[in-house]
Amino acid sequence: MPDNVSAGLVPSPTPARRAPLVAIVGNPNAGKTTLFNALTGLRQRTGNYPGVTVFKKSGFIELPSIGRVEMLDLPGLYSLAASSPDEQVVMDALEGRLAGLPRPDAILCVVDSTNLLRNLFLASQVAELGLPVAMALNQTDVVRRRGMEIDIAKMSSRLGGIPVAAVSAWKREGLEAVRGIVGTALTERRLMRRIAWRPCVSEALDILRTGIEKETGRPSPDDATLQRLLFDSNTVRTNFAVPPCATGTGDGPPGAESPGQCDGRAHGRGLSPEVCDRLRRAARERVRHGGLNPFAAEAVLHYEHISVVLDGVATENVSTRERTRMLDSLLLHRAAGPAIFLLLMAVVFAGVFWVAPIPQGWIESLFEWLGALAGPFFKEFPMLQSLVVDGAIAGVGAFAVFLPQILILFFFIALLEDSGYMARAAFLMDRLFSWCGLNGRAFMPMLSGYACGVPGILATRTIEDPKARAATAFLVPFMSCSARLPVYTLMVSAFIVPSLGKAGGVLSMMAMYLLGVVVALPTAFLLTRVFLRTPPQPFVLELPRYQLPALRDILVRMWDSASEFLKRAATVIFSIVVIVWALLYFPHSEEVAQSARTAYIARHANGIGKGAAEAEDLIKAATRENFVAARARDTGKSAMEIEAEIAENDGENPVAEALAAFTAPASGLENAIAAAHVENSYLGRFGKFVQPLFAPAGYDWRITVGILASFPAREAIVATLGTTHSLGGGADAGSEDLREALRKAVWTEGARLGKPVYTLPVAFGLMAFFALCSQCGATLAVIRKESGLRWAIASFLYMTTLAWLAATACFQVGTRFF
Amino acid sequence: MTTLATLKTGQTGRLTRLDAQRPVEQRLLAFGFLPGTRVRLARSAPLGDPLEIEFQNQSVTIRRSEAATIEIEPDAA
Repeated sequence: MPDNVSAGLVPSPTPARRAPLVAIVGNPNAGKTTLFNALTGLRQRTGNYPGVTVFKKSGFIELPSIGRVEMLDLPGLYSLAASSPDEQVVMDALEGRLAGLPRPDAILCVVDSTNLLRNLFLASQVAELGLPVAMALNQTDVVRRRGMEIDIAKMSSRLGGIPVAAVSAWKREGLEAVRGIVGTALTERRLMRRIAWRPCVSEALDILRTGIEKETGRPSPDDATLQRLLFDSNTVRTNFAVPPCATGTGDGPPGAESPGQCDGRAHGRGLSPEVCDRLRRAARERVRHGGLNPFAAEAVLHYEHISVVLDGVATENVSTRERTRMLDSLLLHRAAGPAIFLLLMAVVFAGVFWVAPIPQGWIESLFEWLGALAGPFFKEFPMLQSLVVDGAIAGVGAFAVFLPQILILFFFIALLEDSGYMARAAFLMDRLFSWCGLNGRAFMPMLSGYACGVPGILATRTIEDPKARAATAFLVPFMSCSARLPVYTLMVSAFIVPSLGKAGGVLSMMAMYLLGVVVALPTAFLLTRVFLRTPPQPFVLELPRYQLPALRDILVRMWDSASEFLKRAATVIFSIVVIVWALLYFPHSEEVAQSARTAYIARHANGIGKGAAEAEDLIKAATRENFVAARARDTGKSAMEIEAEIAENDGENPVAEALAAFTAPASGLENAIAAAHVENSYLGRFGKFVQPLFAPAGYDWRITVGILASFPAREAIVATLGTTHSLGGGADAGSEDLREALRKAVWTEGARLGKPVYTLPVAFGLMAFFALCSQCGATLAVIRKESGLRWAIASFLYMTTLAWLAATACFQVGTRFF
Repeated sequence: MTTLATLKTGQTGRLTRLDAQRPVEQRLLAFGFLPGTRVRLARSAPLGDPLEIEFQNQSVTIRRSEAATIEIEPDAA
């Protein structure tokens, strides 16, 4: 073993205070994440890289000689020439250009042994970064079974003596060896043998190096960055030109502040884009002089280098694709392929819509229980009680209830992706997306969008072109997410099934799910072809070997998506919910309550043909206690037994019904007061004020308030309709009372005075409105973060306009002809 | 002139020319699709586009329009 002063070793820059950081780099499908999950177990943490919304994952392992080591699972990529933000972040992280993330102390290269050549291309690029490297050869069991031999010791020495280990991440074999090589890389800090560039390339790199030093008066960026400047044809992404700050400052240089800009403002004199371009052209000219195409040189030379490295190390590449070929001849078959695809999608949606309601019921009960538990605490402070119970608990509960659907959908997505099918789905679907300027990669985000727009938009990060990515994120909210379901269910069960029958209900439900796609694709066409004029999207996608997914990976994935969703529910959604609650609660004046009380008592007195005072007494007497006492007297049972009878929960419960009838006058009063408060709240008044805007769609002020109140979340309209129709806020989409109340609702003013508000066209219009509208604060927030404020505003305006048009068309056409 | 797009399904050949500067070709080069590489057109998608090509024990999709500019010397049938 050579001593520490040999040229292949670099001194450790790691300050003693933090755990060493090891970045995991590898091709997509090389088993990087499986290895990461197997190594770190549950000691993982997630977050976002600073400034970009690429999902960041790290975890910890314990090494005997070193102690705690942080492992960073970087997105998979084929080349350091980044074209998507996911890939960009890898180069930035490896160069230590991300604020708050130190430069890794070592790199663990995960290599798929079934395709050594291509996987070593990336490793060979990584060698240029000048960081210690350890190499894990994954899936060695697969190639060995087919008779391929890999001489690990020889490979290690050919690569400059870096530690190499064979592993099967899926079978969890060789994990100890991987821990060992990570430790060796950290202690010996051995560099991987670098490619010997031909003179023309070395000279071209010198042109860049001296040019940048002269222009900026600063040390030039390192070789890997210079190579990106030389080899990448992509001229948009020139933030490689920002020389990393004088290395060793520790907490990440400010280079990350100005991505996409070819200037060195933070580093002395600037490097203008023009100068940068001039240097790059001169350098490429030099490569061309040496008889090489500067844009192909990197691949050609690295592959040459790798074949030399592998010569005598590994026997001939064995074919590992027989099974994959067989499966593909069925799954990608002209006729059977699409049929199987549709079948799989049907299974996914059946899971989401039939299985999810079961756990959803539990979550609903949990939040009801929480509300009931918290309520009495604030008995003395009705406002606080309302804030906690109706605002916070009910509001966050309304979101949390979608968790099962998200978990189920992500279970399927992880299954489809890890098995290798997702790439096939993109292959099958690409043609449907290409005509409107997108590509097959848009499929995954859109599928996720059917559960929830937020993870759907986050899934667009694999799309290279920033405009195409923003366009896809713009389309995701059109997919009928699970939050629309309560509105659909309410309208279908209250109005469509009674007049058009069950088949009509099912058909209109399906129509709503299709409406989003039917609108989204032409929108994409308009966006990409007319407004953004994005270049046609390239579509180079690997169809990986089919693999049995590891259950652990799927569970981790579900856990990540669930925790991200719940984090959001606890922060952004919580605050919006509280604001809407406040707008619906205040001013909450006593006068409003008083006049509502008087009016209600007068109405009640009228109804039972008694005086107001007597009616008031009767209302006051209509309490639960009185009911229980009276029933106990009549039946001779104890009060406890009666309470038990009420609580009995098996379908028909005559006792509970009798209780409801008995207390109806009192609860009616309470609800009438609540409705009056809503009507006079700030949001209620505003709703009445803007109602004329929605009049063409046939909406009264109650629906208008519902639409306004459901800005943070679509499903909030159901609870709001419950409140404004004097049923209290606890109404849900399945509530028979609410359906009854909506059917009875009539216009209280205007030309249609006394006529029902909810006609069939209004019901259809409301469904169409919610299918297309942008009523989701969380989605808008994530669009703002991913694509910028202008995209969020555009999304809101565009979707709201479309929704209004659709609702108005339904009402106007429907009312005229039917 | 034969291109990737004019190969018949199942037909093989050798890559002779591609325009290395474009993003699609850059990606293919990184996959090891270098001049001289043997390639097989595995199939086209049910709707006619994109294509699936096989080279060096891997499968990659590519749009027909892009395949049309990649020149191939087909193997004798």
